Amino acid sequence: MPVDLRTRLGQLELPSPVLAASGCAGAGRELAQFTDVARIGALITKSVTLEPRAGNPAPRLTETPSGMLSSPGLQGPGIDGFLQRDLPWLLSRGARAVVSVAGHTVREYAELAVRLSDAAGVSAIEVNLGCPDAAAAGRPFALDATAAGQVVAQVRGSARYDIPVFAKLSPEVTDIVSVARACVSSGADGLSLVNAVPGMAIDPVSFRPVLSGAFGGLSGPAIRPLAIRCVWQVREAFPDVPVIGTGGVRTGRDALEFLLAGAAMVAIGTVLFHDPSACSRIQRELEEELVARGIDRVSEVVGRAHDGAGVVADRHSWVLARAWAVASGGKYP
Amino acid sequence: MSPVQVRGTVLTVRRVDAYVAMTVVAPAIATRFRPGQFIAIAVGGPQSGMLSRRTFSVHDVRPDHGGTVEFVFLPREPGAEWLADCRSRDVLDIVGPLGRPFPVPRDPASCLLVGVGAAAAPLFALAGRLADRGCQADFLLGAESADRVFGALTARRTGRSAMITTADGSLGARGSVIDLLPTVVQQARTDVIYAAAPLGVLRAASALAGRYAIPVQALVDAPAMACGTGLCMGCVLPAVGTDGITRMVRACVDGPVFRGDRVRWDDVGTIPFDALGAPGWKSRAGGVGPAATSLTPGPRDIPEGRQHAG
Repeated sequence: MPVDLRTRLGQLELPSPVLAASGCAGAGRELAQFTDVARIGALITKSVTLEPRAGNPAPRLTETPSGMLSSPGLQGPGIDGFLQRDLPWLLSRGARAVVSVAGHTVREYAELAVRLSDAAGVSAIEVNLGCPDAAAAGRPFALDATAAGQVVAQVRGSARYDIPVFAKLSPEVTDIVSVARACVSSGADGLSLVNAVPGMAIDPVSFRPVLSGAFGGLSGPAIRPLAIRCVWQVREAFPDVPVIGTGGVRTGRDALEFLLAGAAMVAIGTVLFHDPSACSRIQRELEEELVARGIDRVSEVVGRAHDGAGVVADRHSWVLARAWAVASGGKYP
Repeated sequence: MSPVQVRGTVLTVRRVDAYVAMTVVAPAIATRFRPGQFIAIAVGGPQSGMLSRRTFSVHDVRPDHGGTVEFVFLPREPGAEWLADCRSRDVLDIVGPLGRPFPVPRDPASCLLVGVGAAAAPLFALAGRLADRGCQADFLLGAESADRVFGALTARRTGRSAMITTADGSLGARGSVIDLLPTVVQQARTDVIYAAAPLGVLRAASALAGRYAIPVQALVDAPAMACGTGLCMGCVLPAVGTDGITRMVRACVDGPVFRGDRVRWDDVGTIPFDALGAPGWKSRAGGVGPAATSLTPGPRDIPEGRQHAG
């Protein structure tokens, strides 16, 4: 018997919890050569900006152990080009489009939300909070709960009521739950966890940073445990908020891990560079993993790792207890 | 024709001087292939920590075993070394054929094929196709040393002429293909240049072709490709479109073969200030996009290094 992979996203029903992650699938054209974009849950577009952007100079990308450092700098056609060419194409293929938006001011995000609400066919908006905040000397919005909350509130207020708004958070924070709380209380319908983590590589031949912008976002299987931890923490704090888990999903088993941690959906990112048909493959593998466990509905496994979670110590109390124990010369508690 | 992702069985792995030549059975790629296109191979096995695909220009395809694809590379990084250690009957995950192939003249023409090292590999399939069109092919091949000159024998056998240069003078003339380019173009009365070489040579060939008012088709041997399929946006270079606007184009899908006069060779590795969407870029009146009025402060004020998200 086939597994029921249907997943709810607000009022919207997706045929599968497997999505293509923002920035790794363009607007679907390239991916469609290898994967039926209508059969995956949804495609999260590369972040759309108000104006066209040329992005960062090359080199923009380098391979790191089980990961990728990248800094394309939001190259894209801008919202006009996106609405004229990319969105209609994606919809004509029968795909569900989750549109990622990026800006440097709260106003830019709000304007993008308005433009997308006027266009037909946007399934959801994902707010890429990883962009530098012009009002905070370039600190990304996602690193500050207040700034993140302001953007989400503006997007939620500007977007049509029936378009769910997801906030994409960075794991580069001391307490992801507090940023998540700011977004949820500002009206986010869901959260995407996690964005790439800033990293750096230096070329031992040239003695210079490998990437033109020095830093890049580290993504891929290298950050999967980090992403799983974030999904887990947010699920503990907000069990009713839908989460798109993303970060190094490579197999159906990895997808299952995210679902167990509390993600309702998983987005496939960097692995698409390695395997352009990864979305269909992972969807198939996830189905097989569920069949092997006698589970007939994917919704049954979401957050299941939290059952009996009382036995897992709260991270902060554990750290404090350990610090106390070390300070007092005693053994670990 | 659109590319396919296949599992190809390794047929042969041979050493050719400093290079490794590998032949893989991949009928779906072989039948779709046109000279100048490339393939992208996953390396290191299914749980590999090497996530970038390795891209290789196709040297040639053959009809045996339903269709085989041959490519040539220098095993000098872990992914290529892994590939060089593959043996006959190993199975590889290959995507291809990718990219824009060499356009060929409709009528017979005198063609100069310029190549450096293993980057010259795609020129030989091109030579075959040019011969089908009744074109003459002159070869100009170069490398650092004799063992790095790829295809000298084939060039001598199949070309109308073949000039070889090496940096150390161990084969042919001492020097670079750039030094010989003007002489060869004049002697061969070249109508069109095809070049597959490092950027410096492509730039020189394009400049020369500009002076002689002849077209040049340049194959960019971009090492920065991580996927080959257009997803990663890593392999960009500035190129001028037919509308006169400079855009950051991807070598993998908009190339790897470009018209030499379209690429801004001197600006490769930068974002030219007048490129579409460059920092501070504004559309010209009645131009291609809305005026950049809502950006306050301008994106130039924001440290680019933080803009990894995207």
